[in-house]
Amino acid sequence: MKRSLLPWLILAAILLLLFPAVAEKFYLQLVTKIMILSIFALSLDLLVGYTGLVSLGHAAYFGIAAYTYALVSPAADPANVWLTLPLALAASAAAALLVGALVLRTSGVYFIMVTLAFAQMAYYFFHDTRIAGGSDGIYVNTRPDALVPGVDLANDLHFYYFVLAALAVVFALLAIILRSPFGRALQGIKANEHRMRALGFATLRYKLAAFVLAGTIAGLAGYLAAAKEGYVNPEMMAWHQSGTVLMMLILGGMGTLLGAVLGAFSYVLLQEWFSALTKHWQLLMGVFIVAAVLLLPQGLIGLHQLRMKPRLPRAEDERD
Amino acid sequence: MEWLIQILNSVQYGLLLFLVASGLTLIFGIMGVINLAHGSFYMIGAYLAFTLSSLTGSLWLAIPLGIVVSAALGLVLEWALISRLYRRDHLYQVLLTFGLILVFEELRSIVVGDDVHSVAIPAALAASLPLTDTLSYPVYRLFISAVCLALAALMYVTIQKTRFGMMIRAAASNPEMATSLGLDIRWIHALVFAAGVALAAFAGMIAAPVSSVFPGMGSQVLIVCFVIVVIGGIGSLKGALIAALLIGFADTFGKVLFPDYASIAVYLLMAVVLLFRPLGLFGRA
Amino acid sequence: MTDRRQFIQQAGLLASAAAIGGLTPSIARAQTAKLRVGMMLPYTGTYAALGTAITQGFNLAVEESGGMVGGRAIEYFTVDDESEPSKATDNANKLVQRDKVDVLIGTVHSGVVMAMVKVARDNGTLLIIPNAGANAATGGQCAPNIFRTSFSNWQPAHPMGKVMYDKGHRKVVTLTWKYGAGEESIESFKEAFTKAGGAIVKEMYLPFPNVEFQPFITEIASLKPDAVFVFFAGGGAVKFTKDYAAAGLKEKIPLYGSGFLTDGTLEAQGASAQGLLTTLHYGDGIENPKNKQFRYNYGKKYGIQADVYAVQGYDAALLLHGGLNAVKGSFGDRKALYGALEKVKIDSPRGPWTMSKAHNPIQDIYLRRVEGNANQVIGIAWKALEDPARGCRMAAV
Repeated sequence: MKRSLLPWLILAAILLLLFPAVAEKFYLQLVTKIMILSIFALSLDLLVGYTGLVSLGHAAYFGIAAYTYALVSPAADPANVWLTLPLALAASAAAALLVGALVLRTSGVYFIMVTLAFAQMAYYFFHDTRIAGGSDGIYVNTRPDALVPGVDLANDLHFYYFVLAALAVVFALLAIILRSPFGRALQGIKANEHRMRALGFATLRYKLAAFVLAGTIAGLAGYLAAAKEGYVNPEMMAWHQSGTVLMMLILGGMGTLLGAVLGAFSYVLLQEWFSALTKHWQLLMGVFIVAAVLLLPQGLIGLHQLRMKPRLPRAEDERD
Repeated sequence: MEWLIQILNSVQYGLLLFLVASGLTLIFGIMGVINLAHGSFYMIGAYLAFTLSSLTGSLWLAIPLGIVVSAALGLVLEWALISRLYRRDHLYQVLLTFGLILVFEELRSIVVGDDVHSVAIPAALAASLPLTDTLSYPVYRLFISAVCLALAALMYVTIQKTRFGMMIRAAASNPEMATSLGLDIRWIHALVFAAGVALAAFAGMIAAPVSSVFPGMGSQVLIVCFVIVVIGGIGSLKGALIAALLIGFADTFGKVLFPDYASIAVYLLMAVVLLFRPLGLFGRA
Repeated sequence: MTDRRQFIQQAGLLASAAAIGGLTPSIARAQTAKLRVGMMLPYTGTYAALGTAITQGFNLAVEESGGMVGGRAIEYFTVDDESEPSKATDNANKLVQRDKVDVLIGTVHSGVVMAMVKVARDNGTLLIIPNAGANAATGGQCAPNIFRTSFSNWQPAHPMGKVMYDKGHRKVVTLTWKYGAGEESIESFKEAFTKAGGAIVKEMYLPFPNVEFQPFITEIASLKPDAVFVFFAGGGAVKFTKDYAAAGLKEKIPLYGSGFLTDGTLEAQGASAQGLLTTLHYGDGIENPKNKQFRYNYGKKYGIQADVYAVQGYDAALLLHGGLNAVKGSFGDRKALYGALEKVKIDSPRGPWTMSKAHNPIQDIYLRRVEGNANQVIGIAWKALEDPARGCRMAAV
């Protein structure tokens, strides 16, 4: 399946590389934002699409990295990317490890709810206390400093390529991991966890590893988002955000990496288009979401797959 | 004395939460459908109370009308959308109902506008009972608590002691067996969903005089309702009632003792309960 | 091949057009060109009514000066900010970078406005704030290109400290939401009240936008202070006054608030708000000819009553008009424009006011009492109150 998507992947890469040549500042920033959301969507795809763990609290790790960046950044000078980024990733990873160790014992609908609970705790922690500006959020006045001569992240063009590089790294990393024995095991767990356990796999450890990896990558997205805007606020961790990224996956197609990226692009562009049409754009978006769930169960990638030869039914077609 | 009143506040708030969550308990518990639009139905109920009582001049008339309208809405939604999701993963239910939230919010904005509204407390219940030399307690709040208890009793009796309740429980625990025994699952699902929607709307209507009617009121109650159902255990009315009371206490005393952490306390409670009893307090596997 | 030739021809034409276009001196910002005005306000959600009122006030002023501002016709660009701070930077950039507006006008919510302040400072765009009271906008984050025609959160609450002390209250309890606007209001009240000699017995906060007030009302009843000062707005204000009255406290422990407690909410509040005293820089019944004329025109044009938000939008247009007229409509010399804006004397429905050095209004704060469905002005609580602009580092402040 990946084979036939390769030409599309190459096309997408070329388009993204050349886009700045024709884009105005505003659209450059827009695509940068979409690429950051793609990283976020990819991280959730690992969890939901490949391991079968539906988390409704994934935005927590996105937000925790963002807040870590904002809190450790100096007041006036640019922060050091090589110090703040690992720190932010470590924070998200640690949170994911803690939460994962606690919640992976539950499953099904309880898992969904308890991941949501932890995300809500993180949300209210930042929203109700004054540790980081409460509901008003806090600002970081300058972009981080990459400490590489000639690269100035405050320049939108440089920042665009920085994010593109991050996206490429994440994409390649996930592609490699998913082809490895570890990745195959995850997909086996999604298909039938009991069978995997019967085969001798310590499924809890695999799920935890996936959970932490997904949380860390979500943290990368959160860091980039905070660096781009120079502003963090609790809504980055709200359940709406978790729901939105899940929506991107459904739209693009879960269980494929390109689908996650496609979902992020489609969702944001759709939102831009609808907002330009009417102030009640959320109505259009809501109707669209309902229609997408009913009519496009495999997402937009599914449209491509319809052209291929029939495959065995996928695990998510059956109710667990 | 103040602590006693705070206890009264906790119980009263907890019962109100149970009222709002009762519809979700039904839909989530009996049908296994995650309905994120539950808060929207609560909001629809409140706005129905406002518009219908403005039209008819009386909340007492508005409520039965509102119940009929919302039950009808529930039937339509179930037939058109929800019924297509039973076979699919919970994920799709989450997303579809998430989409419905957006639709209902915007429809509300288009049809009724974005202003804050008030619904008058019916004259018969508008008094306040003096409790201390400074503080009085609104009779209407006590009335709501009484309604909640009556409703809880009604639901219990219906589900446990009537034939209809038996059919619902059979459909919930083993749909295939129930169908082969001749029960029309489709109708049962439709009715339960409609009842859930009507309950949520009823809660919105009854609570409207004390909570006023404003945009965003649905999202505020939504998550708390899920927390109640999950803590109590999916499918357990008794669990939902106890969970609601627990949250009422956590929220009330949290606000008084450590306001910054009051909201976190509720989720902490949920996480702790689930970690010791992964199926909730009274949940069945 | 003809294709290749056509392609080269077309490419050549395109290239020449681009070159010519690039070489043409940019006269786009000439005095006679349309003024690009970006309105970033909430048109959906809880604050939609406020966004609409501000826009209507602005439009009324523009209409009254013949559809022009500073001698220039206007081209509007609008963005609905949904009062969402998380989307604020993107929304502001839509107007500033995509639509390249000359002046940015907005907004209602303080969290959103701080993002606009950042974007305005980063891009050098003129920003006029017609509501959001975040102290920092004309305080720590003040800038030559940022102006406000409404109030700072510090202003409306401050005079109430003196008013309540003068009424004989000595021990007061405060309650508000834990967010910028709430905290800044209470701090300002506390400053004035304690300076006059009063004491705040307890400061209470609940998370924003939570509206379950019962535990706090019970607290208040058991603390038995002389009076209570609160900051709430919108739906929360309605619920609080009703809950407070239902608990029988209204007669026993007097309730006071800054004007937002009773502005735009009286119809929903009904009896529970009657007689409440509040302080604000505007009141429906202000007895000056300008206000009477304004309220009449606004009512006639839009079919609803004007409110403080409409006045603030109206004044934003007046400010822009006055400033632009002084520099003959040109954005060429920014320093001159900003200087002119600083010196405009606004003949506002709220009474005439001038701009402080930090670009916030120096204005009278009125004492109002709720009578029926209106906030009647019963006196001036503080004349020509100027926000202290703490942290503002603009030259000559």
